[in-house]
Amino acid sequence: MSHVKRTRQGIRVRLEAEEAALVRALMEQLLALLGEAPGADDELASIGIADNATKSDDPVLARLFPDAYQDDGEAAGEFRRYTEMGLRDGKREAAETVLNTLGEPGGDVMLDEKQAQVWLRALNDVRLALGTRLDITEEWYEEAEGMDPRDPRAPMFAAYDWLTMLQESLVRALW
Amino acid sequence: MSAMSTAPAPVELERPDVEEDVSADRPWLAIVWNDPINLMSYVTYVFQAVFGYPKTKAEKLMLDVHHKGRAVVANGTREEMERDVEILHSYGLWATVKRDD
Repeated sequence: MSHVKRTRQGIRVRLEAEEAALVRALMEQLLALLGEAPGADDELASIGIADNATKSDDPVLARLFPDAYQDDGEAAGEFRRYTEMGLRDGKREAAETVLNTLGEPGGDVMLDEKQAQVWLRALNDVRLALGTRLDITEEWYEEAEGMDPRDPRAPMFAAYDWLTMLQESLVRALW
Repeated sequence: MSAMSTAPAPVELERPDVEEDVSADRPWLAIVWNDPINLMSYVTYVFQAVFGYPKTKAEKLMLDVHHKGRAVVANGTREEMERDVEILHSYGLWATVKRDD
């Protein structure tokens, strides 16, 4: 079953009320996660440069903002100092765009190409966050299928699975 | 310009030591690494959107990432590669900059 369809008016995303509520809740969680900008009280921050940016100890933030150099801590730090705040702002704006375009629960979401691309990025960030928390591997699907429904991770796996399907249909609509 | 002109006899020029020049001007690479979360379709889409690659090239690069664990997706100056990697991070791809060796 496909949720996403390209129409003459744009790209239509059809969400059940509870699905829209899930997207909303996950985007709000992403915004909360992105909230703590490093060095935001620093004056350099106003021009997008962090005074002291280091890779986060939180594996989710470390995945959203990975090191740009593998074996050069100094270069990785400099890159982070100049890019992380801007990247954070971009991810925050993307999540906000999703929230602003969601509209009434149970209604159709109509997106233009640009908004659909923003949705793709935001959905991907949420999948990266959930997937990292769940320690997703290439074999996650088999793992989730054999999971006890009473396992506390089961709802997160279900959300991840559903988001994966939604993102896949959105990519195919944009191609 | 004209093919009619009589070409002068080739002069044996002393070749500059290009070896050193090349190593000083070595291109930098943008590398994308495999991860279990990013969708194959999405990664292909990002390569098309970011680099303007045709779908066949984007798909080949995506499959290289998937099967070999990583792929060089662009090369150029260090500044250009840092810019590319920043954009790839904005899409959530796991990308790094590296000097070609």
